[in-house]
Amino acid sequence: MNRINELFANEGNKRILSIYYTAGYPTLNSTLAIAETLEKSGADFLEIGFPYSDPVADGPVIQHSSEVALRNGMTLQVLFDQLAGLRRHISIPVLLMGYVNPVLQYGVERFCESCKAVGVDGVIVPDLPMYEYEERYQEVFEANGVSNIFLVTPQTSEERIRKIDGLSTGFIYLLSSSATTGKNLAVSEDTAAYFSRIRNLNLKNPVVVGFGISSRDAFMRATDYAAGAIVGSAFVRLLSESNYEKKIPAFIHQLKEIADGY
Amino acid sequence: MSEYQVNEKGYYGDFGGAYIPEMLYPNVEELRQQYIAIIQSEGFKQEFDQLLRDYVGRPSPLYLAKRLSERYGANIFLKREDLNHTGAHKINNTIGQILLAERLGKRRIIAETGAGQHGVATATVCALKGLQCVVYMGAVDIERQAPNVARMKMMGAEVIAAESGSKTLKDATNEALRDWINNPVDTHYIIGSVVGPHPYPDMVARFQSIISAETRKQLQEKTGIETPDYALACVGGGSNAAGMFYHFLDEPSVKLIAVEAAGKGVYSGESAATTLLGREGVLHGSRSILMQTDDGQVIEPYSISAGLDYPGIGPQHAWLYKSGRATYASATDDEAMQAGLLLTQLEGIIPAIESAHALAQLEKMTFKGDENVVICLSGRGDKDLDNYMKYFGF
Repeated sequence: MNRINELFANEGNKRILSIYYTAGYPTLNSTLAIAETLEKSGADFLEIGFPYSDPVADGPVIQHSSEVALRNGMTLQVLFDQLAGLRRHISIPVLLMGYVNPVLQYGVERFCESCKAVGVDGVIVPDLPMYEYEERYQEVFEANGVSNIFLVTPQTSEERIRKIDGLSTGFIYLLSSSATTGKNLAVSEDTAAYFSRIRNLNLKNPVVVGFGISSRDAFMRATDYAAGAIVGSAFVRLLSESNYEKKIPAFIHQLKEIADGY
Repeated sequence: MSEYQVNEKGYYGDFGGAYIPEMLYPNVEELRQQYIAIIQSEGFKQEFDQLLRDYVGRPSPLYLAKRLSERYGANIFLKREDLNHTGAHKINNTIGQILLAERLGKRRIIAETGAGQHGVATATVCALKGLQCVVYMGAVDIERQAPNVARMKMMGAEVIAAESGSKTLKDATNEALRDWINNPVDTHYIIGSVVGPHPYPDMVARFQSIISAETRKQLQEKTGIETPDYALACVGGGSNAAGMFYHFLDEPSVKLIAVEAAGKGVYSGESAATTLLGREGVLHGSRSILMQTDDGQVIEPYSISAGLDYPGIGPQHAWLYKSGRATYASATDDEAMQAGLLLTQLEGIIPAIESAHALAQLEKMTFKGDENVVICLSGRGDKDLDNYMKYFGF
């Protein structure tokens, strides 16, 4: 059982908060320090993005952070070097998120081995389709104990959700709507109906909602239905501000409604 | 089934597939399940043929270029896609896709464009069918191609500037994909080349295959033999080449030559010669060959011709290259511009700079005397007059 499974298995963990941010942004070497601050502030797990030149699933905020990170010199190799000391500092689950081409060039097997070596628990690669994963890569992911996380959207059929549930080993990443990152979750009956439809499927994997979670309100609404929710663009926007390090605890506390100083 | 055509899994040899995020899966899957049945239905075929004939002006002539033939010592035939309505081969595909979109019940059309030819061809068929049209175009290209932007707007299309990355074709494609993710129900994405996730490369190649279907018939009438010794075409993403090669793929006697844009020289750092500079990888939804760094970041290409300024090639081309079925050559900016001027002066035809890359290959070939060579003249040069004038100082 890896750290992801343990996190969700613990009955005490309700309304799990995950934070996404881009490695190498705002500066090349900020990756690990941000992770430490997030853990101390109360984030339950982390998704660290490795940048790509053509991030088609991302909106302007994460696109910009990726461009800056690439200019700063971030690569998968640099990231794994930075993460070499990850488990001396961080105990919460850590996932990597990015696009398939950098992984292919690094080598899928080597990528999984590097994840295992530094203590990365899972990966989210939105443009690695289920078919390719099953056909070519499932074995090497599983051999290294790396969970591959799949996405589900409001348009995903029940049959396909069941298949994804069968292949998943960590959690299912539920998109609040079919959208690129960084749009606000609309308060609509449709969204509520969609979330409860998914909940009523009684999937074996926990469900975590992402895309469009930018406020305490959206976080609470998503976690009324799902085990957890992910905040990405809103946090990346915070990283663009001066003195962002000092603002991280308040950002997390406000989302989780932990009193500052707690 | 030809070993050079797509298999049931969406692959050409090692290349192709559908590397798309889940948000695009329902739309791409709907297309995959329906495209063959729709384009083979009687109603579709009738309307497609009728529009190609009466609206586009097909069949396009196959013209024996006598003075060019004398110069190179071969029978050089030009497949005159430049004479199509809107001035290039792009309209063959947009006619096919708009009829498909209509049958899928889509009301909103999006497209990417580089030089603007595919954008114009898409805006044209949207006007024809009364469908909403949104075209993504790199901000840099909008500056460079003002007349095509005006044509699109006149036809009622909304032209949205892609401001990310290098602000050219690759970035316009990213923006179109993002639009499709955000509009998953009523929108069809008309991709302009044989790129993108399966079934796009096959679908676009089928619509462009009219080029070689007509060529076979016309060659038979003119020479008594349906197949040429050589078939040549330029390659950016590769749609006119895919159409020119389509019905010759399983004719081993036909030598297929694709010409990429080498910009200021293949190894100058300003080039779009993908097969020479690229490695296998995934871009815009398919596994192919693309120009990229060791870390898998896509490298910005360069060519004087905006239509060849793309860092990848379609997956079928990657397979034709790797399997050795076709030869991938390249022409620099200078070679293409000279070839364009030569055609203008010998035959009175101003070619698009894209097509001039294919013509440039003639300088590097030696002929036995009576060989038949077909070149796809994919577009006319009106849109390139500014470039020609600047280059030659007219």
